[in-house]
Amino acid sequence: MSQQHFDRRGRGGDGEPDADGAPPPTAPAAQSAERDAALDSLLDEIDGVLESNATEFVHGFVQKGGE
Amino acid sequence: MGVETEFGVNATFTGTARLSPEEVSRYLFRKVVAWGRSSNVFLGNGSRLYLDVGSHPEYATAECTDLLDLVAHDRAGEIIVQDLAHDAEQRLAEEGFGAVVYVLKNNVDSRGNSYGSHENYLIERRTRMERITETLVPFLVTRQLVTGAGRLHVTEQRATYLVSQRADHMWEDLSSATTRSRPIINTRDEPHADPERHRRLHVIVGDSTMSQTTTLLRLGTTHLVLQMLEAGTVVPDLVLANPMQAIRDISRDPTGRVPVRLRRGGTATALEIQEELLGLTTRYAEGAGLTEHPAYRDVLELWERGLHAIATERLDLVDTEIEWVMKKKLLDSYAARHDLDPWDSRLQQLDLAWHDIHPSRGLVRIMERSGAARTVVEPERITAATTTPPPTRARLRGDFVRTASEHRRDFTVDWVHLKLNDAAQRTVICKDPFADEDPRVEALIEHIRGGGGAHT
Repeated sequence: MSQQHFDRRGRGGDGEPDADGAPPPTAPAAQSAERDAALDSLLDEIDGVLESNATEFVHGFVQKGGE
Repeated sequence: MGVETEFGVNATFTGTARLSPEEVSRYLFRKVVAWGRSSNVFLGNGSRLYLDVGSHPEYATAECTDLLDLVAHDRAGEIIVQDLAHDAEQRLAEEGFGAVVYVLKNNVDSRGNSYGSHENYLIERRTRMERITETLVPFLVTRQLVTGAGRLHVTEQRATYLVSQRADHMWEDLSSATTRSRPIINTRDEPHADPERHRRLHVIVGDSTMSQTTTLLRLGTTHLVLQMLEAGTVVPDLVLANPMQAIRDISRDPTGRVPVRLRRGGTATALEIQEELLGLTTRYAEGAGLTEHPAYRDVLELWERGLHAIATERLDLVDTEIEWVMKKKLLDSYAARHDLDPWDSRLQQLDLAWHDIHPSRGLVRIMERSGAARTVVEPERITAATTTPPPTRARLRGDFVRTASEHRRDFTVDWVHLKLNDAAQRTVICKDPFADEDPRVEALIEHIRGGGGAHT
């Protein structure tokens, strides 16, 4: 078994059950799906408000120093 | 306490005619000049609004004693300046410029010019300044872990995500200058109060923050650390060997684990320094009874959770509350959705739009509405703060300004003086920033209401 594989299991990031055999809790997964949907709709809304020419907007933003 | 914010200004034009940001800023202040006959005025909510060095609109909140009042007044400044931007767009349209005006509450433009957010804290004169600064400088260098606004820094074809907007733009730890050297703490001592009792601590290292919780944390942690030092709490020697190197290194390390050198020898990480100060401050606040106040409890709880989130690599624990974490999550999600390179100008645009103070365009305001950014003050309290001063000396100033304006009297005010410019030149000096009642000011206001101060 490679170290890399062990690390992946250790973090539980790949969705496999934990080493001790406990089933993964289901509620967080549902919550996480809900969060993903919320993030998607947030990104949609943001796409709607951004000025269309990003490069011009960014390069045009030049100020004099302040304080 | 009070906060001064310098705003950045940008405009996009539909026609071929263009104006520089400085010219747009002057349009922004036409409404102010029409009202106050100057581009440097005090408003009815006790604040100061002016066109600063480099043509930046600047809003200085009224002096507040309550943390949540200050968060509300900081937000009220955005509404007041946005109103100027809206007015400027109309004036520009009347003169044939099809323009959209953007006012950004950030600290760096696309070429690396920087402008600030300055925090002012009134401290007791009897506490030795060196005792304060030897702990405050390491605190301010490391607090970016929980108070940084985050910045996507792009050079050539390389993108780096920085924890702090301002870290790269600080050049000294202590100095009396601001534009030439830009220190962490400005030692210019203008207390705007009785100088025998108080001095002003002018912190200019902070990032302008859009997230209410991060603003609360920035002001609240600093205010608590100062109170702890004033109370004489013994703090271990945390003096940094090279604060300017440390602040840059920490800004480049979202893990909080980069070692920085200490003057006494050895190294410490930003996490370790912050954890040490959190522990001491929490014990002080509990002993002093400050944790009875919900706002201070919120500050200490979020401070602890923020450090825990970084220490355990669980940034999701604070991804609606700590600004650099919130922004990083949004940039990462946006890049993944549109399959963008880390240096894509659309991501840089997103970083700027984050700081847009427009209520429907600003990303943090959008996130507040969807629950992706936690708030600590009600919208009604923010609206009220645009016209109503907090219960400090600002109330005297605000009442005077409003009454004199309503009665069309000529007057001059600053943080301390209220003066009616009539033949008698009646002036009241308000040296106590905590006093929100003063019979002399009431008499002056009654004098105006009774017809006094009118030009003959």
